[in-house]
Amino acid sequence: MLHIYCPYCEEYREEEEFRPKGEAHIARPAEPEATSDEAWGDYLFFRKNPRGLHHEQWYHAAGCRKFFNATRDTVSYQILETYKAGQQPTVTAAARAAQAAGKGVAK
Amino acid sequence: MQHYSGFGLVKHGLSHHENWQRMWRNPVPKSQYDVIVVGGGGHGLATAYYLAKVHGITNVAVVEKGWLGGGNTARNTTIVRSNYLWDEAAWLYEHAMKLWEGLSQDLNYNVMFSQRGVMNLGHTLQDMRDIHRRVNANRLNGIDGEVLDVKQVQEIVPIMDCSPNTRYPVLGASWQPRAGVARHDAVAWGYARGADALGVDLLQQTEVTGFRISGGKVLGVETNRGYIGGKTIGVVTAGNSGVLAKMAGFRLPLESHPLQALVSEPMKPILDTVVMSNHVHGYVSQSDKGDLVIGAGIDGYNGYGQRGSYSTIEHTLQAIVELFPMFSRVRMNRQWGGIVDTCPDACPIISATPVGGLFFNCGWGTGGFKATPGSGHVFAATLAEGKAHPLAAPFSIDRFISGKLIDEHGAAGVAH
Ligand SMILES: Cc1cc2nc3c(=O)[nH]c(=O)nc-3n(C[C@H](O)[C@H](O)[C@H](O)COP(=O)(O)OP(=O)(O)OC[C@H]3O[C@@H](n4cnc5c(N)ncnc54)[C@H](O)[C@@H]3O)c2cc1C
Ligand SMILES: [Zn+2]
Repeated sequence: MLHIYCPYCEEYREEEEFRPKGEAHIARPAEPEATSDEAWGDYLFFRKNPRGLHHEQWYHAAGCRKFFNATRDTVSYQILETYKAGQQPTVTAAARAAQAAGKGVAK
Repeated sequence: MQHYSGFGLVKHGLSHHENWQRMWRNPVPKSQYDVIVVGGGGHGLATAYYLAKVHGITNVAVVEKGWLGGGNTARNTTIVRSNYLWDEAAWLYEHAMKLWEGLSQDLNYNVMFSQRGVMNLGHTLQDMRDIHRRVNANRLNGIDGEVLDVKQVQEIVPIMDCSPNTRYPVLGASWQPRAGVARHDAVAWGYARGADALGVDLLQQTEVTGFRISGGKVLGVETNRGYIGGKTIGVVTAGNSGVLAKMAGFRLPLESHPLQALVSEPMKPILDTVVMSNHVHGYVSQSDKGDLVIGAGIDGYNGYGQRGSYSTIEHTLQAIVELFPMFSRVRMNRQWGGIVDTCPDACPIISATPVGGLFFNCGWGTGGFKATPGSGHVFAATLAEGKAHPLAAPFSIDRFISGKLIDEHGAAGVAH
């Protein structure tokens, strides 16, 4: 059972109160008329589906009923952060790589 | 290959079963193959078998990171049916069904295919309308199917609560008599043994870590055992397909989710068919060993961890106990998860890719076991010819750009 921190309720709640809603930060094509079939297909169907860090949307269905984002590891399922809709993640693959390089861990 | 027969069993009995031949070799990788199949699940092994058997291409390797059939093939609940709504899907799954019907003989290996029938219950007026529509579509495609009323349902499954007093009363069902179950491990092992006998190299404990690509064409795979060259490469890695696509530099319209199942302690025979319900979301059958085999839907979040959430299991068991109150006292024995590659239209992808010579067969999601023989058969033809087999052509990745989806969601909410 996942224990999820809702950034709006500012509390940890049980997974059953929430619904996962897939990859976050996907922008709808700004000019629909000028968008190619490839770009529409990409927007609608193609996903990063990473094995590792995933930035994803969650919906607090049985709580405040707001959408927010989470960064979660798709192998361990550990949630590393949750943040409000419209905000950007701080835990990212790039940030981790930079941190590791800074410490001289990565060879 | 040693031929299996009743006589052979008696003969080996005389030497205390100590002289059975190994089922397949454990070869050292060659440096170059005509075809490399990545992923040694049922689909990959069937692909290799039909490449050798139907197309005479025997310089083939199956590259598997773990052990043969240890992925979703070993984790699934083995429901086999072909009653899909849309023509393209119905033809593909029915192609598989016809191969299932002769598979044990073809492989000389008992895959324990048992056509005990599959029942899809309807609990609402709309469920029943959808069932009528689907059964009619099936019959127009020459696929067996019947619509049962609640009395007929009760005759086939006397232990199910079909009274009008339940929260979601059973109103009727679709019934496919030729559908049923098969032994999942035997399917992988039978294809592996058959492929090995025809000269295919089965390379276990060999993980693909990258592709060597030059001028837009694939040359081979990098593995933990070194580089292996291949003229044509077919990737059949189910839940890990997105990871392999990333290695080759493109994305797929797939998301990987945990799908769980559980089995009870073994019991005396009590259920001789397969009962599925999309509406209350659960399904159950009884294995030949006697355990109840139970499953339902995916966990909603993406995951590669081969385990899911307890809440999903809890909902499944609520549905099963509602349908079969007598099962409330059965103890569960084991629970597990597999990683399924779900596609937006709940249909597979059998397709060329942006990289020349590199093909993918994936997206079978929650319901690909039933397709194993057909999937291998059409993918082998696709790899041998370099272009899609007619039954595979509608399942090209291009449909997510053209919009020509094959939307099977309505036809099978619990798609196993
Ligand atoms: C709980 C559960 C219940 C199910 N129930 C049913 C059902 O009742 N009926 C039905 O029809 N379907 C069912 N399915 C779906 C079915 O199991 C799958 O669609 C089908 O088995 C997929 O077969 P496959 O050979 O493509 O995949 P797999 O058997 O998963 O094989 C893929 C293989 O690729 C290997 N691999 C991955 N990455 C690499 C790499 N980098 N290098 C080398 N090898 C790699 C894996 O180790 C694995 O062995 C169920 C699935 C689950 C999880
Ligand atoms: Zn909240």
